[in-house]
Amino acid sequence: MAKSEMARISLTDLKRNFQEVEPGLTGREAVEEANRCLYCYDAPCIQACPTGIDIPTFIKKIASGNLKGSATTIMSANPVGASCARVCPTEELCEGACVLNHSTKPIMIGDLQRHATNWAIQNEQVLFHKGASNGRTVAIIGSGPAGLSAARELALLGYKVTIFEASDKAGGLNTYGIVSFRLPQQISFWEVEQVKSLDVEILTNTTVGKDISAEELQNSYDFIVLAAGMAHVPNLGIEGEELDGVYDAIEFVKETKTKQLTNEFVGKNVVVIGAGNTAIDGATCSVRLGAENVKILYRRTQVEMSAYDFEYEFAKQDGVEFRWLTQPTKIIGDENGRVKAIECLKMELGEPNEDGRRRPAPVNGTEFMIPVDAVIKAIGQTRHQSLIDQFNLEQINGVVQISETYQTSDPNVYACGDVVFGKGKGEAMVVTAAQQGKNVAYAIHHQYEKNSVTA
Amino acid sequence: MADLSTNVAGIKSPNPFWLASAPPTNSGYQVQRAFEAGWGGAVWKTLGDPILNVTSRFAAVSFNGQRVAGFNNIELITDRPLEVNLKEIYETKKKFPNHAVVASLMVEPKQEKWHEIVKRVEEVGVDGLELNFGCPHGMAERGMGSASGQVPELVEKQTYWVKEAAQTPVIVKLTPNITDITSTAEAAVRGGADAVSMINTINSLAGVDLDSWNTIPHVGGKGAHGGYCGPAVKPIALNMVADCARHPNINVPISGIGGISDWKNAVEFMLMGASGVQVCTAAMHHGFRIVEDMIEGLNNYLDGKGIASLSEIIGAAVPKYSEWGNLDLNYKIVAKINNDVCINCNKCHIACEDTSHQCIDMLKDGSGNSYLEVREEDCVGCNLCSIVCPVDGAIDMIEIESEHPPMSWNERQAAFTSNQSYNPDPVK
Ligand SMILES: Cc1cc2nc3c(=O)[nH]c(=O)nc-3n(C[C@H](O)[C@H](O)[C@H](O)COP(=O)(O)OP(=O)(O)OC[C@H]3O[C@@H](n4cnc5c(N)ncnc54)[C@H](O)[C@@H]3O)c2cc1C
Ligand SMILES: Cc1cc2nc3c(=O)[nH]c(=O)nc-3n(C[C@H](O)[C@H](O)[C@H](O)COP(=O)(O)O)c2cc1C
Ligand code: SF4
Repeated sequence: MAKSEMARISLTDLKRNFQEVEPGLTGREAVEEANRCLYCYDAPCIQACPTGIDIPTFIKKIASGNLKGSATTIMSANPVGASCARVCPTEELCEGACVLNHSTKPIMIGDLQRHATNWAIQNEQVLFHKGASNGRTVAIIGSGPAGLSAARELALLGYKVTIFEASDKAGGLNTYGIVSFRLPQQISFWEVEQVKSLDVEILTNTTVGKDISAEELQNSYDFIVLAAGMAHVPNLGIEGEELDGVYDAIEFVKETKTKQLTNEFVGKNVVVIGAGNTAIDGATCSVRLGAENVKILYRRTQVEMSAYDFEYEFAKQDGVEFRWLTQPTKIIGDENGRVKAIECLKMELGEPNEDGRRRPAPVNGTEFMIPVDAVIKAIGQTRHQSLIDQFNLEQINGVVQISETYQTSDPNVYACGDVVFGKGKGEAMVVTAAQQGKNVAYAIHHQYEKNSVTA
Repeated sequence: MADLSTNVAGIKSPNPFWLASAPPTNSGYQVQRAFEAGWGGAVWKTLGDPILNVTSRFAAVSFNGQRVAGFNNIELITDRPLEVNLKEIYETKKKFPNHAVVASLMVEPKQEKWHEIVKRVEEVGVDGLELNFGCPHGMAERGMGSASGQVPELVEKQTYWVKEAAQTPVIVKLTPNITDITSTAEAAVRGGADAVSMINTINSLAGVDLDSWNTIPHVGGKGAHGGYCGPAVKPIALNMVADCARHPNINVPISGIGGISDWKNAVEFMLMGASGVQVCTAAMHHGFRIVEDMIEGLNNYLDGKGIASLSEIIGAAVPKYSEWGNLDLNYKIVAKINNDVCINCNKCHIACEDTSHQCIDMLKDGSGNSYLEVREEDCVGCNLCSIVCPVDGAIDMIEIESEHPPMSWNERQAAFTSNQSYNPDPVK
């Protein structure tokens, strides 16, 4: 049977559906692809990578068989480089900048990055060693890409770092939020271990603001890094949201990454509301759980959706249907309080609003009903308002405000990653969170050095 | 972190990677940039009496789309005044005292000429000298370079003259344009060389343009033979290094040159007896930055093998390199095709059928699927099928136990002459 005809989804072996979709390159494929790289000088792909990985160098090292060196080049620029190899929108970043776009076809940078980091994972390599201690302490709130990245760089610079993590396991959305078939947990855990091996302490199941107060942290650490990401999906604000069968997309994905997969979605009709990363992940997860029909409802059109083209293609290949200009107005339950249908309204696009996207407006009298068994909400993420308030930080609608040097309104508190991600800026990315984490480390170090000179 | 420090006949460098005497080492600016990038040493572009170069100097050979598989040049020695070079050597050595700076020299085959130039370059503080007896074009017509490097007596005599004057170690750089490189290497040793280096470039003509019928490269419609180097020459260079390394009379260190493009090539040369390596084409193709992977890859290789110091591998594979007459005639390998990996391109079949021993059968199984099978009894173990196979792991060459004890041709001949009644036919 040809690969393309091979059933993508199994209804009997759900576990298989959640294994990594893209097979890695074989050793030979990797070497052939690596040898295709021109090894440009001052290469545009490096500029296009938010973490500035020296891409030609790591590729050259694959070609020469120096896989450890290759992984080191990647991970030194990007502490979550193994995850990024899988989840970065490479067409928009490095691969989009490859000079071969003009002549043949771009180098498969993401796949090569995955190949090199896989080698390091499989060979249980520890790539870095902590720097000589400078006696300073840093508390980091959140162990997602931003927090881990800041921790790694700070530990290399000699700081004693403690990460406070609310969840059971470290890694943030890489561990819990990005679907297993694109990013298995094991990859995220390896990156966490790399950071831990630098004597970084990670206190899991410890929520700042609940298990330990902001004040306590401020009193006991020289610097604080707020890298708590964003929170759950907001309410739709329509009737029926409390019904059984209505899910928060992030929680929903998390369950597929942490719990035994169940058959409860097999043969079901699902709608997902929203059209970003999270919506695509919610929809493709539903397909992989065996849903009969999955529709994405979005109140604008394909042009405005924030999901990337490759995600859109991926979802379509999974058989996900897209219903544009569709606004849910009411979720309807049966006598047992379970979802049975969703009422929607057709929309049309008006004038562009502040973020440049055209504003959707309802078309009167176009109400229609879709019978459904589950509704997955994926219309963005709320903010950790109370945490931000505890630190008393300047913020706009829950987006922590920072200076160019990542300093919040409290000079000893820095912030990076999704906590500072502004609205209407497209999709947040792991790779930007990682770079911001690095920048925070350098900013702290700069401040420390400045202070020690004047002291 | 393994110890990569290198010592070639007393010339020390932090790692074994030197730039060969060529355009990359043309000036102080370049050599200093190279040291900053990590190169352990540099052999300065050959110094001598001023020459004139032509323009249009290089040409390269692409192989199936891979650029610079081989590289060809008709450049001569340095075209910059000696004083300028000497001043820059002095400055470079001052800035980089721990890196090896070696002066490459070429003058007319006259004693006083050699004495004079040796004195002048040693005054500015070089760590050693390399005598260029190898350049195959331009200088050879004037009795220098490979013209003197092809005549053992001239090699010996000129080396001797240099040694009369030299305070620093003398490396003799040999030309490969000779039938047996050990004869000139031996001559260098007889002349007192502290080390030999090889290879310089191989006489070559890169190509002919199919439309203009001009040579590639050409200088205003005329061409001349050039010198060939780059990845394509590596096997030739490696053999020459190994031949010298296992030669009983050539017991000086060897600096290996020729097609070295990455750390793996360097390891091969060192296993075959080189104490250090020199690189030209790879740097010209990619810039000085390639040395980062060379150093790191070498270090990771040694660490991975638990080898603490690079010096431990020098010459370690030389005892495995011998003559055909010492090979075991009773050793037998055969090809085995793994049909679960095979992609059925049938390249092995046609290679064996048309050009080897007709022992790979194209068959069909019960359900009509094609597969390939080796008739082991007819396989001579030539490796051709596994060489043309495009898929890793589809063809293994496996050793099969011999019915006879090991026996080389030389042993067989010896046994035959010493014992007429001995049956000389165990191999058949
Ligand atoms: C479903 C989904 C799919 C995505 N897909 C992609 C993708 O394909 N490619 C891509 O580049 N990006 C993707 N993203 C975005 C990316 O995951 C984020 O931009 C990135 O994880 C942000 O990193 P962070 O470290 O700022 O936050 P997070 O990864 O959210 O980590 C924050 C951490 O802080 C912890 N925390 C929060 N509050 C507290 C507290 N009070 N005390 C202690 N700990 C706390 C959280 O538990 C969490 O572990 C996706 C996001 C989602 C939601
Ligand atoms: C353009 C060019 C110029 C060279 N000039 C010299 C030279 O002046 N003196 C010398 O000893 N070798 C010279 N060589 C030979 C190199 O030093 C070296 O021996 C040869 O290129 C093989 O190494 P490679 O395969 O790494 O290039 C030259 C080579 C090239 C390509
Ligand atoms: S590389 Fe190009 S630009 Fe530079 S000297 Fe040669 S021909 Fe001129």
